[in-house]
Amino acid sequence: MSGSTIQRVLIVGAGQAGGETAQRLRAGGFTGEITIFGEEPLPPYQRPPLSKKYLAGEWGEDRLLLRPASVYADEGVTLVLNRRVVWIDRTAKRIRLEGGQELPYDALVLATGAKARALPVVGADLPGVHLLRTAAHVEAIRPRFVAGAKAVIIGAGYIGLETAAVARQLGLEVTVIEAAIRPLARVTSPEMAGFFLDQHTAQGVRFALSAQVAVIKGQSQVSAVGMADGSEIPADIVIAGIGVAPETALAELAGLNVNNGVVVDRAMRTSDPDIYAIGDCCSRPLVHYGDRHGRLESVHNAIEGAKIVAAGILGQQPPKEEAPWFWSDQYDLKLQIAGLFGGYDHLVQRGDMAARKVALFYFARDRLIAVDAVNSPAEYLGAKMLIQEGKSASPADLADPSIPMKDIAAKARAH
Amino acid sequence: MAKITYIEHGGRQHVVEVPNGQSVMEGAVKNNVPGIDADCGGACACATCHVFVDESWLAKSGDKSSMEESMLDFASEVQPNSRLSCQIKVSDALDGLIVRLPASQH
Ligand SMILES: Cc1cc2nc3c(=O)[nH]c(=O)nc-3n(C[C@H](O)[C@H](O)[C@H](O)COP(=O)(O)OP(=O)(O)OC[C@H]3O[C@@H](n4cnc5c(N)ncnc54)[C@H](O)[C@@H]3O)c2cc1C
Ligand code: FES
Repeated sequence: MSGSTIQRVLIVGAGQAGGETAQRLRAGGFTGEITIFGEEPLPPYQRPPLSKKYLAGEWGEDRLLLRPASVYADEGVTLVLNRRVVWIDRTAKRIRLEGGQELPYDALVLATGAKARALPVVGADLPGVHLLRTAAHVEAIRPRFVAGAKAVIIGAGYIGLETAAVARQLGLEVTVIEAAIRPLARVTSPEMAGFFLDQHTAQGVRFALSAQVAVIKGQSQVSAVGMADGSEIPADIVIAGIGVAPETALAELAGLNVNNGVVVDRAMRTSDPDIYAIGDCCSRPLVHYGDRHGRLESVHNAIEGAKIVAAGILGQQPPKEEAPWFWSDQYDLKLQIAGLFGGYDHLVQRGDMAARKVALFYFARDRLIAVDAVNSPAEYLGAKMLIQEGKSASPADLADPSIPMKDIAAKARAH
Repeated sequence: MAKITYIEHGGRQHVVEVPNGQSVMEGAVKNNVPGIDADCGGACACATCHVFVDESWLAKSGDKSSMEESMLDFASEVQPNSRLSCQIKVSDALDGLIVRLPASQH
């Protein structure tokens, strides 16, 4: 469909991807109707602070919002909050809202995100057992998330470990339970996982690794987590961070191609060319990794999808894809990640773990595919640039901290 | 509260009142000033909130952390007065601040 015939854009999901799409459309000169539908009560907000500064109480809700609610009206974007979209009629090009109202679209953007997985055990519905995906979840957590309370965090991914760090900072006793043999098992190397394990242990976090939760115990509220080996870990509050599932129900009902996410092409188009999917809910070609499809859960992916869709609707040139990037803040450690480490066969360490300033570069044969950089922004930015451009770097140079990262990157780019 | 003037690369000016405690980046993003992307939302993780601080305000806008310094080292068109605007905290002392925006954040 050519840009000029698109008059009505409907966006399902008022998260970061949905909000950014509206903003980019207006910034790019789109003058048609834009409506965003969101199930949550808040206008589009940032999720990263939910397990960082917002959980710590350093940020209020006003700073969480990507932009104040008033900006949408100013830009002529209609925000419909607290409403779920329940059906897509692709033939008539209409969507149906909960309650029955139907609305037509020329272009539809699915930005439905992902849902936190609930604990699949008895007792998971007891008061004091929480998930951490939305601002409402954090509000529910707060009353029990106080100094002296015993917190049990189930799942040692980034969200679990960030939550543990904030809990220690606020003076809670913290135990982290993880089914795998190490924390961060799905997202980083054993070396980097070991570093974070040591840091948290030094901060007083206890770990139960290779440990299976069997049941959540409690009468009127949670009192302990019962483990598969029969042991019990006392708990005043339990927070589960055991991953998310992409929100693909609408797409499935509509018969779109779904495979661990709504499958899209490089222009973020689904198997129906009038419907786009972006952000956590989509599975997209990973252009720096041989175009295999993959689902990313990151701010980078949400924003980039929004930019590409806006360009597509406006008939403009889409931006060049960035290497996937992500960050995590724990205590005074800033971890910055570029690229995807899966399939690496060796790594090169630069810097010193004991000095808490270290970068691990991941290689597949002689190709640089990812970096995990702790308090090392130059290493992160340099590697990100190289991965984006399909360039590698000399492992020997990288391992030598006396050669500035900027020089290493410049040399590699000149190749 | 501080009145901050953001000057787009093309010369357009935006004068915005920004509450104390927020960052110079937030003042722009929340008031729809174009030219600051701020992809990471102020986590000092993306380097897409680059600004040039007017020379007369350099001293008052505070020092760069080594983290910020290294990030800026990789930004395009860096100058001695380059800052990541998410790392400049707004206070009454910055009332009248002027920052200029680069041509691109990427
Ligand atoms: C605690 C936490 C910490 C994180 N930290 C980082 C970090 O440090 N760095 C980073 O890069 N990323 C981080 N992320 C990931 C990042 O926040 C997500 O990748 C990003 O928010 C995805 O945006 P999205 O718009 O695709 O989805 P979401 O933000 O999930 O938004 C989707 C919205 O759509 C709504 N919705 C779904 N279905 C419907 C429907 N049928 N009708 C109406 N509305 C619907 C949902 O309720 C939701 O509000 C973090 C995430 C969490 C939860
Ligand atoms: S907003 Fe990302 S570094 Fe400033």
